[in-house]
Amino acid sequence: MATVQIDNTTFQLLHFTLQWADNALINGHRLSEWCGHGPVLEQDIALSNIALDHIGQARSLYQYAASICNNFDSEIRQQLFASTALNQKISKGELIDEDDLAYLRDAWDFRNTLLVEQPNSDWAFTVARSFYFDTFNFFWLSSLQSSSDSVIAAIAEKSLKEVNYHLRWSSEWIIRLGDGTMESHQRIQDALNDRWSFTGELFQPTEADIAMLSMGVGVDLSRIKQQWLDRIHAVLNEATLIMPTSVWMQEGGKQTRHSEHLGYLLAEMQFMQRAYPNMQW
Amino acid sequence: MKNIFHRYGDYGDREAAGGENTHHDTSNEWPLWEVFIRSKAGLDHKHAGSLHAADAAMAIENARDVYTRRMEGVSIWVVESKYVHASDPADAEMLYEPANDKIYRHPTFYNLPDELKHM
Repeated sequence: MATVQIDNTTFQLLHFTLQWADNALINGHRLSEWCGHGPVLEQDIALSNIALDHIGQARSLYQYAASICNNFDSEIRQQLFASTALNQKISKGELIDEDDLAYLRDAWDFRNTLLVEQPNSDWAFTVARSFYFDTFNFFWLSSLQSSSDSVIAAIAEKSLKEVNYHLRWSSEWIIRLGDGTMESHQRIQDALNDRWSFTGELFQPTEADIAMLSMGVGVDLSRIKQQWLDRIHAVLNEATLIMPTSVWMQEGGKQTRHSEHLGYLLAEMQFMQRAYPNMQW
Repeated sequence: MKNIFHRYGDYGDREAAGGENTHHDTSNEWPLWEVFIRSKAGLDHKHAGSLHAADAAMAIENARDVYTRRMEGVSIWVVESKYVHASDPADAEMLYEPANDKIYRHPTFYNLPDELKHM
């Protein structure tokens, strides 16, 4: 038990799982902000269902990430995160769980892409963000079904059924808005153009992505990038919309450098647990 | 008051902004659809309720989200409400009350042999 040396493979698996989990949680939380505000009751419920799918996926992934954390030696556990509230718990020798990872980490410990933390703004911006992300998520999960890590493969397989529907939902809305009225066409085109610069990061491999790919656990991001482009192109074409061409891309989220929006989101999402630790309802 | 809630375009925003005298214009709203759900294979589709949708494809998706989220069904039918024709409630007396005193129409007066099951 003298291994104070950190096991790099397990460390990368933790980061890989958190990247994925944080995308699910933050996207789910963003979509949940529509609850009670949908343009029509039916779509309000549709978005709430989808938000809950994402949060459910996040739960499974955080449970896995927490088990990875808890398996490290206690000295290493105290160096995994830079969040005071979480580290206080770890330094007391307590095991952490899914809720700790969701509620006690600060923005600089989150590894989600910048895309999912962008605000809802309006219906078109929400649909554009979901369309880009759902398409990515679909190919990401399809690929992970054959992961050599059985937990990851199982979560991917279960999630894919839900994401299949998400992808249909957002693709349908792209087509309805694009091929709808002049105003809906213009507004969804503007939203697609605006959010485009956040899509490059989805396919930028991190150290964790590269390590997991080499072990047969992860995803070949360059391969699913082509699948993503083909699918986006086909749907936009049917929607009479123009594929954005800008090549300059935002990045940083997967390396824990976030836009200002994440802090506000976390403040609202985490407030209750921070103000009343271990509160249950 | 007017722009506070405008971010999402919630139901009621226009009414709130215009006061009680505002007339609600329904010409821009999606048509109404009736939803029928089959709870499991072999059973009939049963009327579950109604919802708004732009077309049949959206009506089925909305029905999936509104009426099957608690495992209520395995199949959905939708039909635009305007195609459902109904009897006139004013005719109820004429149409249905005459059946009230004709209990002999129920097949409950026959003696069934014991070996006959499921009746």
